[in-house]
Amino acid sequence: MAVKIRVKNLTKIFGRNSKGIYKKLSGGMSREQILTETGHTVGVNDVSFEVNEGEIFVIMGLSGSGKSTLIRCLNQLNKVTAGKVIIDGDNIVEYSREEISSFRKNKAAMVFQHFGLFTHRTVIKNVEYGLEIKGIAKEKRNEIAKSILSTVGLEGWKNNYPSELSGGMQQRVGLARALANDPDILLMDEPFGALDPLIRREMQLELLDIQAKLKKTIVFITHDVNEAFKLGDRVAVMKDGKIEQIATPEELLASPANDYIRDFIRDIDRTKVLQAKNVMYFPSALISLKDGPKIAVNEMRKAGISSLFVVDNARKLQGMVTIDDTITAINEGKSLNQILIHDFYSIEPDAYLQDLIPKATASKYPIAVIDDSNRLLGIIARVSVLSSLIQE
Amino acid sequence: MLVSWLIDNFAGFFDGITGFGIWFLIRVETFLSWLPWWFVLLFILIITWKAKKNIKLSLFFTFLVFFIGAFGLWVHMIQTLAIVLTSVAVSLILGIPSGIIMAYSNKLNNLIRPVLDFMQTMPGLVYLIPAVILFGMGRVPAVFATTIYAVPPVIRLTDLGIRRVSREMVEASFSFGASAWQTLVKVQFPQALPTIMTGVNQTTMMALAMVVFSSMIGARGLGMEVLIAINQMDIARGFEAGISIVFLAIIIDRISQGVADRFRYPE
Repeated sequence: MAVKIRVKNLTKIFGRNSKGIYKKLSGGMSREQILTETGHTVGVNDVSFEVNEGEIFVIMGLSGSGKSTLIRCLNQLNKVTAGKVIIDGDNIVEYSREEISSFRKNKAAMVFQHFGLFTHRTVIKNVEYGLEIKGIAKEKRNEIAKSILSTVGLEGWKNNYPSELSGGMQQRVGLARALANDPDILLMDEPFGALDPLIRREMQLELLDIQAKLKKTIVFITHDVNEAFKLGDRVAVMKDGKIEQIATPEELLASPANDYIRDFIRDIDRTKVLQAKNVMYFPSALISLKDGPKIAVNEMRKAGISSLFVVDNARKLQGMVTIDDTITAINEGKSLNQILIHDFYSIEPDAYLQDLIPKATASKYPIAVIDDSNRLLGIIARVSVLSSLIQE
Repeated sequence: MLVSWLIDNFAGFFDGITGFGIWFLIRVETFLSWLPWWFVLLFILIITWKAKKNIKLSLFFTFLVFFIGAFGLWVHMIQTLAIVLTSVAVSLILGIPSGIIMAYSNKLNNLIRPVLDFMQTMPGLVYLIPAVILFGMGRVPAVFATTIYAVPPVIRLTDLGIRRVSREMVEASFSFGASAWQTLVKVQFPQALPTIMTGVNQTTMMALAMVVFSSMIGARGLGMEVLIAINQMDIARGFEAGISIVFLAIIIDRISQGVADRFRYPE
């Protein structure tokens, strides 16, 4: 996977003498000392990371951790004090004013927490803004804007003013405005932070939908752990201007780097974040229809289990057999086909654990994870689902 | 001292301004007096209706202006209007760009603010003195003094309006690659417009307030009437002229407020 954004030793200090203070920082002075002695704030302190093309990279942290400062360094809305931001091979810190302008017009677009919509312009004129700045002709702008608006479902509102729209709709306009420029990179600064929980959920799903179609490189800022885990392909946890850990959500859950992160993820509702594909495992024993009941019993004995899934040659799920039925089949000379049962649950790999709980409680058997063509991808033991309800 | 230095070195300059000023003012006045009275009344009717959408109010205002005519003060009203409108125009041309520049620079702001405070605390009367010394008596010094007295509100409110524009909006504009000028023209100025229009309204009111003082240095018009009435202890005459000024003030205030409201976008 290609690396789209490479950040090396990025530092951002606010204040009159940022370059001078940087020397002190690299000389070993602490952030707090610098603040009390010089009144300068170290927003971002020697941060390095990479963002892969097409991934959603989440930067998560509490207020004051530096995450908003950091994302603004990625399009030079904040002037970097020290370090490099290399995007597509160019260090944008060294860009001239024209190059930065061109970068902002073509490569990266931003979505803001409080939407940042121009209240004196209609919805469609907001979406057109980036195109207007680029100098694109009126009719073409209008066309593009209309098409983007229909992607986010707001075409009917194009002549309304932002104040006439609800929060969720306004942010959709914000998103449309950013997408209208067709940037490679989307910088999103807590875009759903100002929305109420129900709308937030909708927007998160919509973002994932859009991402599945467009495959942009997204840098996403949030302080909501659940949101980070739901959206992020990888997550960076920030504290006091530094990155504490970068990992996939599963890795963070499995091996938090320190107590701070452990504390952070404690509040995660695992069942909302973990999906079937994260907890399933490939069954240790599996049989096909052509195998007889004797083989079935053998397999069950070897694996120490009391039921077995049966698949065909293409690994498509046919059903299940239990130990009792199989022994009866041997005695009565029946084939597996005749004792197949179907009263187990199956689920698709993207389902959240939360949805499995009722099934795990109701069924006696493991849950099968299948794809669209009924192929068995893995199974989930009921204990995996039910034990996740107990917080660590 | 400053004033004498200015006179010594720039006499020609000031005379030039006076010449131009008189020419301009005469143009304005001529135009306004050329308009037939019924046209003016009709204009007032239409413009106040457009501003306030209230036909009763419009008729009332038209009636007030008619009254001024009935007092025999039509010509005086025109003369006053010419001075006031010219002063306001100059104030806006100087004031709005100043306000914009101030909004961008904290240093400049800290420098100019106290000057504005000073200008607004000085009674308008005081400005008459340098005005006369530089320009003599008449309409041009009146415009000069009125402008100085009236310009602070529009500068202040332009500065305020621009500064108050949502930071996120400005960031958003820059994040799409807009230059500082584009951001000013496309985002900051339109956003600040309601506040700026309030500044225009205030400046206009201040200009009207100088009307009587202007008359003291030879500017003809309603102010002169008031001055004469005071000197002659002619209460009736003073009242008619005074109330005419008040009528003018009310009407102009409502019109400029109406215009300001036009610039509001749904918030």
